[in-house]
Formats: sequence, C-alpha cells, structure tokens
Amino acid sequence: MSEQLKYTPADFKSDQEVKWCPGCGNYAILNSVIKALPEIANADKRYKHEKFAFVSGIGCSSRFPYYVNTYGFHGIHGRANAIATGVKVANPRLSVWVTTGDGDSMAIGGNHFIHAIRRNIDINILLFNNEIYGLTKGQYSPTSDLGKVTKTSPFGTVEHPFTPGELVLGARGTFFARSIDMEVQLTKDCMVAAARHDGTSVVEILQNCIIFNDGTFNDFAEDREMREERTISLKHGERMIFGKNRDKGLIQVGNKLMVVQIGVGGITEEDLLVHNAHEPNPGVHMMLVNMKAPTYPVALGVIRAVEDTTYDFNVCEQVDRVRAKRALNNVDELLRSGATWEVK
Amino acid sequence: MGKPNIVELNDVVIRFSGDSGDGMQLTGTLFSDASAFMGMGISTFPDFPSEIRAPQGTVAGISGFQVRIGDTKVLTPGDYCDVLIAMNPAALYKEAKWLKRGGMLICDGDLWGEKQILRAGFCTKDPITELKIDAHDVLYPNITTMTREALAGLDLDQKTATKCKNMFALGICFYLYNIPLDYTEKYIRKRFKEEPELAEANLLALKGGFNYGANTHVFANTYNIKPKGDLEKGLYRSINGNQAVAWGCIAASEKSGLPLFCGSYPITPATVILEELSKRKDLGVKTLQAEDEIAGICTAIGAAFAGNFAVTTTSGPGLSLKSEAIGLAVMTELPLLIVNVQRSGPSTGMPTKPEQADLMQAVWGRNGECPLVVMAASTPSDCFDYAFHASKLTLEHMTPVILLTDGFIANGSEPWKIPQMTDYPRINAPIVNKVPEGGYFTYKRDEKRLARNWAIPGTKDLEHRVGGLEKDFLKGAVSHDPINHQRMVKIRAEKVARVQEFIPKQTIVGDKNADLLVIGWGGTKGHLMTAVEELQAEGKSIALAHFNYINPLPKNTREVLGNHKKLVVCELNEGQFANHLRMNFQEFEYLQYNKVQGLPFTVVELKEEFNRLLAEGGK
Repeated sequence: MSEQLKYTPADFKSDQEVKWCPGCGNYAILNSVIKALPEIANADKRYKHEKFAFVSGIGCSSRFPYYVNTYGFHGIHGRANAIATGVKVANPRLSVWVTTGDGDSMAIGGNHFIHAIRRNIDINILLFNNEIYGLTKGQYSPTSDLGKVTKTSPFGTVEHPFTPGELVLGARGTFFARSIDMEVQLTKDCMVAAARHDGTSVVEILQNCIIFNDGTFNDFAEDREMREERTISLKHGERMIFGKNRDKGLIQVGNKLMVVQIGVGGITEEDLLVHNAHEPNPGVHMMLVNMKAPTYPVALGVIRAVEDTTYDFNVCEQVDRVRAKRALNNVDELLRSGATWEVK
Repeated sequence: MGKPNIVELNDVVIRFSGDSGDGMQLTGTLFSDASAFMGMGISTFPDFPSEIRAPQGTVAGISGFQVRIGDTKVLTPGDYCDVLIAMNPAALYKEAKWLKRGGMLICDGDLWGEKQILRAGFCTKDPITELKIDAHDVLYPNITTMTREALAGLDLDQKTATKCKNMFALGICFYLYNIPLDYTEKYIRKRFKEEPELAEANLLALKGGFNYGANTHVFANTYNIKPKGDLEKGLYRSINGNQAVAWGCIAASEKSGLPLFCGSYPITPATVILEELSKRKDLGVKTLQAEDEIAGICTAIGAAFAGNFAVTTTSGPGLSLKSEAIGLAVMTELPLLIVNVQRSGPSTGMPTKPEQADLMQAVWGRNGECPLVVMAASTPSDCFDYAFHASKLTLEHMTPVILLTDGFIANGSEPWKIPQMTDYPRINAPIVNKVPEGGYFTYKRDEKRLARNWAIPGTKDLEHRVGGLEKDFLKGAVSHDPINHQRMVKIRAEKVARVQEFIPKQTIVGDKNADLLVIGWGGTKGHLMTAVEELQAEGKSIALAHFNYINPLPKNTREVLGNHKKLVVCELNEGQFANHLRMNFQEFEYLQYNKVQGLPFTVVELKEEFNRLLAEGGK
C-alpha cells in the first residue's frame, strides 16, 4: 500500500467525551472533519498528522479542538482568528483550522475575522452558523433574522443580520464555501477544497441548534427533498442547475439572477449560467451568497476560490529577501551598527 | 567686544523649543550625540505634545527637547535649563518656566513681532517682563533671515530654506559650547545622501549659525566642558529605551535559539519598539502590525503556542485591552513578554507624558487568581538588560512577564557602553522534542521552577490541547473538579513566587542602616540617585533602594527595609508601589512622595523633601 493511504478517520478522533446536546448539528460537522482530515493528509505529504492545529474561541463550536486528535488551542471569545494568525505566521508549515460561530466571528471577533480575510493568511475558518447564541442559552446573534424572538429580543429583534458570505467578499475574501450540517459529504468536500486553497478559506456551515433555534433553516433545509428543491450545489465549471428533477436553473438578467424552469419559455440547459468560482470579480459571487429561500435556491458548495498571494508567504518571502542582502549577522553586529565612539 | 573668554564648566542643560514642525527633536538629538561623541556624559528628555502639527506659533504645538551634557556620567537631563532656545514667542510662553534664574535665553528675532507675541497668548508686547524672566542674557538673533541668507546661493524655495533654521540654531549652540561640527556634518551627509541639495542646505545653515557666533561676538563667553575621562573604557553608542527594549528582545531570541515574533498595535509612546523590530528582518524577526491591541497579543499567544519567542508591546490603554488575553497566557502557561511603556492616564490621559500609574494594573489587572511576573527598567540603556532578563524568565519559567518602562526612559537617550553577547547567559526553554519516558503530559512540570514542558505543534506524537478552561493538573484535559482548580491556582502562584530564587537580591546605594531609606522603582532612578548622592555628599544619613523586580519582590526585601528610621516611597503616581510594599511587608511604616503631573521628578524637589524628612527626626 502506498505511503499516502496511511491515515484513517480513526487517527483524528480524540478520546475526549463529546459534550454537545443530543441531536446537535455539530456532531455531523465533526463527522465531516474526521473524514476530511485523513483525505487532506493522504493527498499532501506535507500534512502529516502532527502538522494539524485547531484553534477556537468561545461558544459551542469552539469546544471542537477537544474532539479532534490534533494540536489544539481553545482561546477566548472572538479571538480565534487572531490566535490562528499568530500560529500560522510563526510556523507556516502547519495546517491551521479555526472553528468558530456566528457569535464568535460575526460579533465579538468581527474585527479579527475581516482582517484575517483581508490579509489572506492561509488558514481555514469553519464558521458554524446557527443564527443564535447557544452556549449562553438562546440570545439573538448577528445572523439572526430581523424580528427574531429570542430571550434578549422578546418582542423580536430590531436589527439587520449579516450574511457571512457577503462579509467575506466585502473583506476581499479569496475563498468562500457554504454547506449544511446534515450534508456530511458536501461539508467534507468543502473542507478539503478549503485546505487546498492557499489563503483564508471560509466554510460557512449552516448548523441546527436543536435546543434554542431548532428548525431555523427549515424553509429550505428541512428534509432531503426540500434541500434538493430549495438549494443549489455549485461546482466550478458546471451549469447552475438544481431541483429534484434537475429542471431548474439560474440565469442572469441585467444585474440580477433569476430562477428559470428548463423547458418553459424556450429555456434550455445551455442558457443557464456556468459557475466560475475562479473569477476575481466578486459580482456574481456576491449575488450567489445573497440568494435567500424561497425566491432563490440557497447556494451551497464552493462559491469563490480565487488565487492571490498569502500573508504568511509574503512575510516569509520578505524576511528571506532582506536576509539574503543582510549587512548584519548577529546581535553583536547590531549593537555596533550606526554611530559609535571609543572611550579610551 | 573682544575675543570671548572660554569658561570651564562641569555640566550644562540646554532646552530646544519650537513648533512641532521646527525639528527640535532632531536638533536636540544631534546636539547630544555630538557631545556624547566627544566623551561627555549626556541625558536627554524629549518633551513633545501628542498633536503632530498643531497650528504654527501656538502653545499647543510646542515641542521641547532638554539635554544635559557633563564632564562625567550624568543621571538626569537636569531639572531646569541654563540655556533656552525659543524658536518663537509661543515656545517662550510654554517653556520659560524651565529656564534657570540667571540663565541665557536665545529667541529668533525675526518672529518677535507684535502679532506673533500676541498670537502666542501674551497680554503685552513685552514677554520678558510679563513672564518676569530673570535671565542674565537675552538675545534675539534673526535666525530665520540669516538662515535664508546663508542659503541664498542654492536654488531652494523659501519654505525649504526656512526649514533649515533649526540647523542654524544648532550651529550657534555648537559655537557656544566649543563643540566641533564634524560629527554632525557627517550625519547630515549620510541622512541626505539621496538629496545632496538638502544636505548642502543643512550644512550651510549649521555653519552659518556657528560663524554667526564666532564673527559677531554677541556672546561675552563661550563654554568648555572637558570630559574627565572617568567613563569606563570601551565602545559606546547612544541609545533610547524603546530601541534598547527591541534589541534586548532580539538578543534573547539569539540566546534562546527561538525565532522572535512581535504582534503589536501602534500606540504612543511604545510604537518605536515595533518600528525597531520591523527593521530587523535581517535577523529573522517577524512583526505583525495587528488590527487592534487584542489581536496584537492574541497573535503573539498563537506564535508562542507554535514555538516562537513571542512579544507584544503597548502602553496603558492597550494593556487594559489586552487584560483578558494575558489571563489566557497565564492559564495556558505559555511564554509571552508584554512590554508596557507607561504613559499618563487614566483613559487616553496625556499620551506623550510619563507616569508610573500602571503598576497595580500590571500586578493585578485580570479576572481570577492570575499571577505573573512584573519587572521594571530604570534607565534608557538598562532597558536592554531588563528586556533580556524578562525574556529569559518568561521562556524558562513558562509564565507571561510584564516589563514596565515609561515615556521618559523610552524616549530619553544616554551613552551606553556596548556589551558583548558572550557575557549574556544562554536561555533554555523547556521544549520537549519527543515523547518523554513515562509519556507526555501537558502540565508535567520541572521540580525547580514548576514550569510545564512546552510541546510545539509539528512535533510527532505530542498532540495536546491547551486553552482558557481550567485543566487537569497533569493531563491537561478540561476539568471542573473543585480540588483540581484550587491545586492549579496554587501551583500557578507558586511558579511565579519561585522566580524569586532566580532574580538578583535588592541592592542599597549607601549605608544599609541610613536614617532615611528612599525607595523607588522604574524610570525615576536617575533623579532619585542624583538627589540621594548629593545629600550623601553633604554627609546626610540617606540611602536608596531602587527596585526593578516588582512581582515577585527580591528575596531580601524585608531585610533591606528593616534598618531605617524612615522609609519614603517616591513614585510618579498616588502610591501604588507603597501599597504593594504595605501589602507584602505590613510591619513597616511607609511615607510617600508622589507626583502625578506627567513630568519626571526634579532633583531640587526631591532634595527638599528628603531634607525635610531628615530634619524632622525619626520616630
């Protein structure tokens, strides 16, 4: 057997007791991660088992590092992306993963989230979006729908939510993918694609909080049949087609996307848009991330993956470039550089 | 007037003041560097506003630079100045209070019109009488006009030519103190290597000022400070505290063999440390200018987790923002150096002014039982050693260390005898490279220091997890067990307490049984030392204990405090170190001398207070 096939999901399972609520969407996400990691490691020999590091902040999602058998850092609320940035800059050879939530990265850690993306540091951010604060027991989050009734909004929220994908693109993100907790295979595929992407990769995973926000995605994700009808799984180079019978698709009319029925009004499959995740112009990606049910299918899969230089590469490249032409070799020389004088 | 007399002096204090855009900081620096180069002792005090360019000719924008030069080592930049250079009336308005009675005042005569005088805030047209200035000499050379004339041969616009007037003023001072121009000429040529025309302009202005002094004979005397030659022999350079901190960290990186990572956010007066480190990519230093103070420390914590020697630098408000993350570093027991260049507070306070009011914040300012090591540097050049030793403690003891400096020593500079790195110890961080015998446990500790072992991501078979949640005392799994928590609280405290075994004993300057023991810490050392030494020379029974290790305190502190009639704790706050000592050594009575004006002590006020305490007699 070849060297590359040595890791299995069992290698990445931790011996810790998992303490999420029964029925929590996080179990499915953990399952995807445990499957994705051996696939990543087996495909790229740079990423041996000991090269993985999981970093988190605070929230249900942030207990994640305890449940994967890798190096792990459970940080403080909102700071996972900053901590992960330090880990990656200090050692660019590590595969660095952040598990975070809509409270952790959209609210208290919003600043670190956008700046990690702006720098395009090569980390993989798994954003568990359940549109609620779970660990503090049911307060609204920055992604809760306007009007949402929660413990801190008994009369409904009066604030507009973020769409994480829109924020990622606005921060000039190079990679954004979206999945749903139940879609274990798709989630795993998005993670593998994120790992392959050089730069900040954000994978938003719509995650059902069974206790405090059960069914929040039910308008498009309640069961498999509905997901087929009301979501679209995007693949680079393929037509934007969806539906149980694969009979619906997206076309662009002016500066808007439009859902069409194949066979109606002379529309054929050839008329549908072809997904180009590698297009640097974020215009269509922006429309895709903002599609809401029931008017549109909710976009899943890798929506954007464009190439750009990464922060960690640039840091190291600059250090190497300056060192190659260096006039100083050590501290003794540093202390004697510039103006000095001799007292005799 | 004939040829002026040359008067021999032991030391002199000169204060340059002008608009923020007049280049007073550079002028002062060049004067002190040229003096140091001649073998004199120097000490500088840049005293500038937080505004970058306030409106010209107004008091808000006045920037001052005080320098003292002496025939031997000088410990302070002097309380008051012998010579005040006021580049405009606003400078005089703001700075006249620093001129000694009988001193010399030099003003730019070109800017002494009624309009400028009234704009500066004077009520009359006669500032000298209005401020009751008692100067021996007041001179009004037309510095602006003469600068322009000196540069007439160059093809320069008037604005650029006028900007060289600081060099003209500097030339006058060099003439007055018989300091040759060669050192400064060399500097200017190098500084303006790419702009030969500007180099020429500055050189002409400099010489113009010098020749003005030499040719016009407006000065009755010139002065000469002849170095005694009692400075320790060796190679010297001038260094300020921020630069010294940065270099001390790089030295620690070299001695530990660990790459240096600094995550910081710019904040006055600490920014220069980040700037200095950013220049040192040639020595492999990685710097990250973070999006905020919290990201500064969190990236550093991440870098520490990944095996770098991690540093974050800040000033008071930034330390407040970093508090939660410092707790995380305490909990995860990672090495992290936090440098706090204290400034006047609370809140934004007076950003460019020195104060020592962050001591309690450094020692206690976190949630939970959260001890760490706190140290303080005390002079611009000893910032190098204390940064090095703070780094050594954090790396070897696996505890965050806060190093306190302040705006006074951070910006001030002094001559520094350049050390050899062979004289500094190796730093041995407790890194584990493979599974130890008996297995790897996250919180397994060495018996001497109680430092946990440091397993770095990327190392085979040492996968583990750390974090802010309380952990099992050995295995490091999350634990809410009550007994385990208390055990961990105690062990983290004991680890910090044991640092006492690894730091030097507290020294006393003077008789260990002196009637009055003056106690200080941090950046006030120069002033306290000068005041105490001067009184000792008068035969007074006085001694100084100046602390650099705040938490833990040196092992012999009780002994040091125990043999005096009176203890007086002097600090630039309302009594934070005094309270720290009260808490640790309740058996003594502590008197206090406090100043919270955003200014250093003056030696005069300290001596007055000490004399009063000595005259009152003991209990």
